Amino acid sequence: MEAAAGAGCGSGPPLLLSEGEQQCYSELFARCTGAASGGPGSGPPEAARAAPGAATAAAGPVADLFRASQLPSETLHQITELCGAKRIGYFGPTQFYIALKLIAAAQSGLPVRIESIKCELPLPRFMMSKTDSDIRFGNSAELHGTKAPIPYLLSEKNTFKRMDDEDKQQETQSPTMSPLASPPSSPPHYQRVPLSHGYSKLRSSTEQMHPAPYEARQSLVQPEGPSSGNQGPKPPRHQASLIRSFSVEREPQDNSNYPDEPWRITEEQREYYVNQFRSLQPDPSSFISGSVAKNFFTKSKLSIPELSYIWELSDADCDGALTLPEFCAAFHLIVARKNGYPLPEGLPPTLQPEYLQAAFPKPKRECALFDSYSESMPANQQPHDLNRMEKLSIKDGADFPVSTQDLTGDDKQALKSTMDEAVPKDTSEDPATPKDSNSLKARPRSRSYSSTSIEEAMKKGEDPPTPPPRPQKTHSRASSLDLNKVFQPSVPATKSGLLPPPPALPPRPCPSQSEQASEAELHPQLNRAPSQAAESSPTKKDTPYSQPPSKPIRRKLRPENQATENQEPSTTVGGSVSVATIKPHSTVQKQSSKQKKAIQTAIRKNKEANAVLARLNSELQQQLKEVHQERIALENQLEQLRPVTVL
Amino acid sequence: MAVCVAVIAKENYPLYIRSVPTENELKFHYMVHTSLDVVDEKISAMGKALVDQRELYLGLLYPTEDYKVYGYVTNSKVKFVMVVDSSNTALRDNEIRSMFRKLHNSYTDVMCNPFYNPGDRIQSRAFDSMVTSMMIQEPRFQ
Repeated sequence: MEAAAGAGCGSGPPLLLSEGEQQCYSELFARCTGAASGGPGSGPPEAARAAPGAATAAAGPVADLFRASQLPSETLHQITELCGAKRIGYFGPTQFYIALKLIAAAQSGLPVRIESIKCELPLPRFMMSKTDSDIRFGNSAELHGTKAPIPYLLSEKNTFKRMDDEDKQQETQSPTMSPLASPPSSPPHYQRVPLSHGYSKLRSSTEQMHPAPYEARQSLVQPEGPSSGNQGPKPPRHQASLIRSFSVEREPQDNSNYPDEPWRITEEQREYYVNQFRSLQPDPSSFISGSVAKNFFTKSKLSIPELSYIWELSDADCDGALTLPEFCAAFHLIVARKNGYPLPEGLPPTLQPEYLQAAFPKPKRECALFDSYSESMPANQQPHDLNRMEKLSIKDGADFPVSTQDLTGDDKQALKSTMDEAVPKDTSEDPATPKDSNSLKARPRSRSYSSTSIEEAMKKGEDPPTPPPRPQKTHSRASSLDLNKVFQPSVPATKSGLLPPPPALPPRPCPSQSEQASEAELHPQLNRAPSQAAESSPTKKDTPYSQPPSKPIRRKLRPENQATENQEPSTTVGGSVSVATIKPHSTVQKQSSKQKKAIQTAIRKNKEANAVLARLNSELQQQLKEVHQERIALENQLEQLRPVTVL
Repeated sequence: MAVCVAVIAKENYPLYIRSVPTENELKFHYMVHTSLDVVDEKISAMGKALVDQRELYLGLLYPTEDYKVYGYVTNSKVKFVMVVDSSNTALRDNEIRSMFRKLHNSYTDVMCNPFYNPGDRIQSRAFDSMVTSMMIQEPRFQ
């Protein structure tokens, strides 16, 4: 073993291990390799010793082990460098043993050098937990056991964070020690083992620092301190990793000092939950229905009874649907459960819907306020937590029961109350928020609260749009002429189909007027014709296009003739009438001229109609020819295709 | 106050049955089972009329010398059966009704849970705690 160690060490000095050391180290090594391969705890030491050269310790458990030694991380890095793992890229047995020896040296206060390992050293001390209770090392035996259920639970969340911090540091500095930020697809049980390492180590480390176990809560303040500084760079990273997948290996972190730590939702968590909520239900003030939520939470791969229990806890109003705070509570419980926390008996106060609504502003349309709030939050959270808890507990009492509709109002008030003591810059946003929230209040309220809004929208989207209006039935080719009007046996039968139905007939010119007209027949006729045509539908008599001009005239003549006939017997009265007739004379003349005009326009229009019809006729004739030709061609083809039945 | 509480599904199998822990829980199970016949009888008797008119609370199903058995049916033919101690004379009818109402409410809460499939055994802790609150605390004079 020693020779091999010496050889493997290269330039390093030969490693002298005492019997106890050998046993200890080999056990540790076996554990690390055993853990890496997913085996339960360690293989038997003999087996480990039997094949030390073949095995390599995986970086994860080794990292945890080293951390459990409670040496500062620089020391650990030095050790890894010295032992040669960095050079080689993995922890072979020799490297591992050297590293352990160096750890022992460091723990004894010796500087980390190769020379240190030459001397006789006590065994390195690692703080293990009850989960690794099968193997106890060094002095750690006394640190277990009784401690724990309460501090274990309470400090677990912290241990995550601690471990995560160190993970991150390790990650950035030593690529060989691949941290737990390895791809989320890593199997959960593998994750769990180093996680449990982490839990226990930190727990016991804190216990070591504070002998009284039940002060472990307060003791967590210290570890909080240095780690809170890391909050800044972490959130974006966390968010990215969280959002990357549903699996929750990267545990979001708490930075509160209160006993409900595992159940307190941080900003990043909150944002993540809200995003997930939005992905299921776009309206943050509305519900997620039970079935949608069920499908979503089933993806978390928890067992159905557990999910059922989580639902029971989180759905406070038992309505079969989750509002946003209920959803966040449920999600948080699932996250916690996946990371090994046992589910609480009752909903913790920090997960109550009222608390969640009051403590966190509801995500509004514009998240500007939220962002600024979240920035100020981590900076001020620690000192202000106490105050906020008190204020909010009062607020909760006052606001109970808080309906979801009063959310924005309460959020505003909660914000104001917290902001009064918190960062003053945020108060400038408060005047902005009332306007926003008021306008927003109206909007969410007007929105439907049913969770079927998605389905409805989908349904509406699915209805086919009304088809465009069908084109009117027209002749496809001769579109220039609207044949419908032409062929309608209708009113404007008079001149052509193009005129609108002419107005009613003017009263027939009275005989006296027509008498005058007979004298100046031609001219007035011409004048009157157009006017008559414009006015009336003299009509049925004018239908035959071939004789339009003559008809009106003829008709005109008739009344005129009649008029003249009438007038003849009345010439005796002429003298007395002559005066009377002077005036009608002019009107008669006008009328005849109007009639002439009318006749003329009628003629013109009929001619136009004629022309149009002639054109149409020629077009149709052409079409007919073409169709004939097509028919002939088709018949030829048919003849060709027909099987020849010539016999 | 109840000695045994049972929730029976429409198909007459138990969704939930819990008794005060005594040496003879089987007796209670048997009583519940036999009471199902009485429940069916009552339902069918009233069932000639519209279902809506049928009252959910069935009242005393049958008394034995030690116990009385009360029944309640929901509109979905889920039956709640409660066995109470006969010696508990202070128990009024409306108290029994209120207990059944509480049971019904808890049952609907269980149903609202999307992870609960109708027809499964009821494993809801809230339901359990509610039933516990209703169960008689048997004094142990030993």
